[in-house]
Amino acid sequence: MTGLSIQNLSMRFELPNGGAVQALQDVSLDLKEGELLSVLGPSGCGKTTLLNIVAGFLAPTEGKLIMNGHEVHGPDAERGMVFQQGALFEWMSVRENVAFGPSMKGMPKGEKAEIVDHLLDVVGLQDFKEKAIYELSGGMQQRVALARCLANDPDVILMDEPLGALDALTREKMQSLVLKLWKETGKTIILITHSVEEALLLGERLIVMAPRPGRIHTEYRLPFAELGVGADLREVKKHPDFGPKREEILSMIWDMEEEIMGRTEDAA
Amino acid sequence: MIPLLIYIAIFIAAFFIVTKVVQKAVPADYTSLKTVTFGDESAVRPNRAAGIISILTIFLMWGIFTGSNLLPGFLHAPGPFEGTTTFTYTAEANGETDDAEVTVIVHPREVETNTPEVDPGDGFAKNDGAKVAQWRTGLINVDRNDDLTKSDGAQVVAINGEAIAPGETVYIDGGSVTLSDKGTPNFEPTRGWQMEPLYLPAPEEVWTRTITIASEGFRNFTLVEHLGYSLFRVIVGFLIGALVGIPLGYAMGLSNWFRGWFDPIVEFMRPVPPLALIPLVIIWAGIGETGKIILLFLAALWIMAIAARAGVSGVKISKVHAAYSLGASKWQIMRHVIIPNSLPEIFTGARVAMGVCWGTVVAAELVAAEQGAGMMIMTASKFQNTDIVIMGIILIGVIGFGIDMLMRWAERILVPWKGKG
Repeated sequence: MTGLSIQNLSMRFELPNGGAVQALQDVSLDLKEGELLSVLGPSGCGKTTLLNIVAGFLAPTEGKLIMNGHEVHGPDAERGMVFQQGALFEWMSVRENVAFGPSMKGMPKGEKAEIVDHLLDVVGLQDFKEKAIYELSGGMQQRVALARCLANDPDVILMDEPLGALDALTREKMQSLVLKLWKETGKTIILITHSVEEALLLGERLIVMAPRPGRIHTEYRLPFAELGVGADLREVKKHPDFGPKREEILSMIWDMEEEIMGRTEDAA
Repeated sequence: MIPLLIYIAIFIAAFFIVTKVVQKAVPADYTSLKTVTFGDESAVRPNRAAGIISILTIFLMWGIFTGSNLLPGFLHAPGPFEGTTTFTYTAEANGETDDAEVTVIVHPREVETNTPEVDPGDGFAKNDGAKVAQWRTGLINVDRNDDLTKSDGAQVVAINGEAIAPGETVYIDGGSVTLSDKGTPNFEPTRGWQMEPLYLPAPEEVWTRTITIASEGFRNFTLVEHLGYSLFRVIVGFLIGALVGIPLGYAMGLSNWFRGWFDPIVEFMRPVPPLALIPLVIIWAGIGETGKIILLFLAALWIMAIAARAGVSGVKISKVHAAYSLGASKWQIMRHVIIPNSLPEIFTGARVAMGVCWGTVVAAELVAAEQGAGMMIMTASKFQNTDIVIMGIILIGVIGFGIDMLMRWAERILVPWKGKG
């Protein structure tokens, strides 16, 4: 069986003062190969915890994770991760960063160079091959991060707000790039975001999570990702369903936020 | 006081001349709109002209107050009196008074002079001759050749016609005469405003002495050997310290057990100034090379260990996570992520450690050594060779500065990503 199966995941963090936080409760989710899932939710709903468990950086308190038929214990190259920012190795050039995964596997030089060249073409950074990371703009750095992840040919790509720190224009270009890569490579992608628009555009499936305890609140199946492949994203936003969906999800998240605020006010 | 006022005057004058007159042509940029610049490095940059004038001023002041040959004479501060002066004293004995003249030659210390021969003259008080070196004072036993001496009840009652009593002073040409408690005139030549060479030699004397020592050596070792020994100790001590300290720091940054075991030791030893270890190291290892190198090893060890520890602990967890999810093993993460990530911190530590080591080696040589920069200035000071002391201080400063420049340069070449992560 290929794909990713999240089964009854729960995560409790024990606090030093004796209390505990239920970051995730009984989260189950099945992802088929090649699916594009975006995860949305107010802060503190456990989306990053969920992603870290899937990546293998955290072990869940309960439940398990099945990937391509075997249970996941710890990080592995089959699940690549793209971070928000600052996860590139600034002591390496762009080329060396992209070649990191293949180098670790001990891939022969020629084969490695071919992969790196191809991916730098895909993300449009061929001219910046030998540049240092700190010489690139924020958008270019995220392109390097994408290419570095793809160079390893993972089955699943996990993205933790990869475009969160970019300006609006760069962000839009990068959203198109993510869609293009998804379509071309056929990878399974889980993308965490704070932006409702981004979640709608980049989610074939979209789950909205609710906080305290972190759980899946609503799930949607959306047509916008397919429409966005090879099209102008601004056109997609004009789709008659786009506006209403955005408003629906926004008010859902607003309600959750207000509930949290109310609860903390009561506590105070 | 006067030197300080002159210094402030030069500072203010240079400020106005350079900023208002010479550099006025430069159009005002946005920096000038910031009325207050709180350490904003882009806003406050050192004025190059100010730097050059500052250094020139120091040498100028040095020249002015030492009467340096490098400066034209009119720039010199008034020097000490040199030459011959005379005063008369009035002696009183048994109700009689008589005047006699004293001729005093004031000579530079290094020039030998004979006491002037004078005609004794008449009366019971006879004329005297005396010599006094510059910046010194001389008791002149004026009654020594008189017909009536102190033991006969003779007393000096006036100098140049001015009445004087023991403890009082009369100013004369080229100096002052104070009557001692026992009634003997004490002549003090005018000192002027210049520094005595014993305290501060002129710049050219320091330079000549540098040339002499460079060619002839000092205490059986040439200048290069003295400095070379100091540098050698610093480099060997630092290298051993780094070789032990960096792995120790890595271990402390990676393992709870190592952290727990060595934290008390490192945190205790860090605030102990290496200078405080000098006596113990001398007791244990003597004053030879071993002792010095142990001392410098200890000076560098804790700094390097703490720098390496900080470098390892400071790695962003997302970088480690990224490496794991790219399929790297623990050892590969160590080699390709942790170590390169810690290099900037280690370089900062190395710069600090080299500075501390250089300071410590000079101090250790001051206490006990057979050769080295510190030993050179300490021995010179015992023989009042102030020029060698000043030369040594300047060379120690220049080498310390050079070491720091070299470390910065190495840092730029080897860890160009520093501060850009």
